Amino acid sequence: MIDTNFYSILTYNGGAIIAMKGKNCVAIAADRRFGIQAQTISSNFQKIHRMGPHLYLGLPGLATDSLTVLERLKFRLNLYELKENRNMNPKTFASMISNLLYEKRFGPYFVEPIVAGLDPETFEPFICNMDLIGCLNLPNDFVVGGTCSEQLYGMCEALFEPNLEADDLFETISQALVNACDRDAISGWGAIVHIIEKDNITTRTVKTRMD
Amino acid sequence: MALVDREPSRYLPDYDVQAPKQLHFSPYADNGGSVVAIAGDDFSIIAADTRLSAGFSIYTRKQEKLFTLSSNTVLGCSGCWCDTLTLTRVMAARMQMYEHEHHKTMATPAAAQMLSTMLYYKRFFPYYVSNILAGLDSEGKGVIYRYDPVGHCEKNYYVAGGSSGALLQPLLDNQVGYLNQENVEKVPITKEKALAIIKDVFTSAAERDIYTGDGIFIKIITKDGIATDFFELRRD
Repeated sequence: MIDTNFYSILTYNGGAIIAMKGKNCVAIAADRRFGIQAQTISSNFQKIHRMGPHLYLGLPGLATDSLTVLERLKFRLNLYELKENRNMNPKTFASMISNLLYEKRFGPYFVEPIVAGLDPETFEPFICNMDLIGCLNLPNDFVVGGTCSEQLYGMCEALFEPNLEADDLFETISQALVNACDRDAISGWGAIVHIIEKDNITTRTVKTRMD
Repeated sequence: MALVDREPSRYLPDYDVQAPKQLHFSPYADNGGSVVAIAGDDFSIIAADTRLSAGFSIYTRKQEKLFTLSSNTVLGCSGCWCDTLTLTRVMAARMQMYEHEHHKTMATPAAAQMLSTMLYYKRFFPYYVSNILAGLDSEGKGVIYRYDPVGHCEKNYYVAGGSSGALLQPLLDNQVGYLNQENVEKVPITKEKALAIIKDVFTSAAERDIYTGDGIFIKIITKDGIATDFFELRRD
């Protein structure tokens, strides 16, 4: 009942991210709020970043650390792609993030990354998340992160079903995100959803209540 | 958890001196538990899980957390179990006193107001309990009241509270309140659907919340009385 995490740095800016596996597709969605504790600064903040043709990265947590982690990951990803002359496998990318975060084991970046993508060769769906020191979690249904992760778990646990087609997956992930955000004071203010298929990536912004 | 314990990091037996020792007293425990209630036009359903726990251990798998206060009022409690016991006993006594004084049973809205007053009376040493009161109003319509530990009272027609409150409330918003749904007919919920939703949401909660599980007791309140149901949940 007493949430000791409430005053944590992880909840300084607020935000929610979620990723789900479907049939030959994955979805990743986030809210668009950027705030400083209870004060909303912007409602078009991008928490999800495109890292490759079929590779997306969500960075919930402390916004300043999100940007640093993003830049350092882009640097390592570029080096890999120049050396290997191919796109990175999402599984490899996840390990790379994990490694980067664990290097800061005793003074961590306050981000809990979420990776969603398709294997560049087999186009097999992949999702994962990790804690702020890079402990990987690779479930085969959904992952959640951010300040309303409890609400998101409740929504996903009830709404999710395996092997959804892209359209149904969009509906499921949007409903899970929007309803969870409505019960969190520091998440919401719009939402964005990416559906990643083999030869089609759909990005939609979702209208939500703005209060 | 012990009620009285020494500050662990400061305890160095070799350096013990005859000086005043500082002892911690923590009068509260969180024994978990979740309560969900849904009200319809002519009924009210309230359900609570049966797990009583503290930290990583389970005290019992079959503790009922619903208290029948009258023929059409049920109180669901979760949080500090010892406070729940005290609160419900005082509540039952006050209900009986009312009955003797006024020669009628207390109506649900009156019981709801009384509970708020009783909680606020302990404003500076509160009962650490999250309460949900379900019943029927004077016209026989289902009503739910939810409380914070110091007596703030809110009337609702669907509520989730306790350790899984955060997991379940948005789900009820969506499935019972039809929030964020377009092009749907917002029909009042039926008893059968409410019962099915309650079983579904508890199954979801038991999946992720370690303080919710084992089973749920369900009480269905109608003008004909209170029916009881039981439903198994996962026990790990």
